Amino acid sequence: MNRYLPLGIFAVIAVFLGIGLFLDPREVPSPLIDKPAPAFSLPQLHEPAKTISRDDMKGKVWLLNVWASWCVACREEHPVLVEFARTKTVPIIGLNYKDERQDGLRWLAQFGDPYLLSAYDNDGRTGIDFGVYGVPETFVIDKNGVIRYKRIGVVTPAILREQILPLVRQLNGNA
Amino acid sequence: MRKLVLLALMALSVLGPLVAARAHAEPLATESELEKHVTAIAQNLRCLVCQNQTIADSNAALAIDLKNQIREKLGQGMSDDQIVDYMVERYGDFVLYRPPVKATTLALWFGPAAILLLGLFMLFRYLARRRQEQPADVPLSEAERERARALLGMADEESR
Repeated sequence: MNRYLPLGIFAVIAVFLGIGLFLDPREVPSPLIDKPAPAFSLPQLHEPAKTISRDDMKGKVWLLNVWASWCVACREEHPVLVEFARTKTVPIIGLNYKDERQDGLRWLAQFGDPYLLSAYDNDGRTGIDFGVYGVPETFVIDKNGVIRYKRIGVVTPAILREQILPLVRQLNGNA
Repeated sequence: MRKLVLLALMALSVLGPLVAARAHAEPLATESELEKHVTAIAQNLRCLVCQNQTIADSNAALAIDLKNQIREKLGQGMSDDQIVDYMVERYGDFVLYRPPVKATTLALWFGPAAILLLGLFMLFRYLARRRQEQPADVPLSEAERERARALLGMADEESR
């Protein structure tokens, strides 16, 4: 039995290291899941005189998508959101994070605007309240203003189909 | 008189570098207490963009924003713990370079010690068993003694 001990130890280590290879270190569990979304009130991107706040969306299931014109991965994600917005399943609010207003507006004009409207978070403070660290990020927020899901990184069609859509349906059905 | 000048020159040559060193250290000394405080807190927080750096070390935009937040909160009179809690509320335990001891981190905190103890236990068990398996000291029989003597004698002759 002792003869196989080194082999056994090796196998255990290999399994653990193998699991480690398939973990994404960028995916940090958010402490905000199942907590009320942080309160915010920001000027809108298109109309600086108007504001958008968390409580404006109360009673609706909605998505908050953090984006910026300087964010390369956002370009990859954007067509997926534009496509999704056409289905009018759920309102998407943009959070234009640490961006210049002109750049943000030009970006939307160029690539399409999937957002009901965008909040303009120039100093990134609302982003910090939402624990944003890797744009793009997407939150699903329920009718009571509670964060139910967070995606760090690009929303792919598969993630939309398998994770976000079922959750949105469930949240809309139950309450 | 000449001795005195010489002495003064020697003193100067010894003290000169000290003065120069002081001048060099000046920029650090001017760093305000507030900045030191900010850095002290930031050194215990992980930058989430570049995960193996602290916020203090990192120049990522987010790290700079968070340092500004720390500075602002200190200005508002928040304590260190309150500021750390503020970060944990938003970014989770992952921002802490020293994760708290709780059910999910038990393996992290005590795993290495447990593995060490297990290793020591196995080592001692192995040594104890080997000691048991070793034959007790039995004196050589006369025939064996004769044979050993012959072998040693041969070796003696060969080496000569």
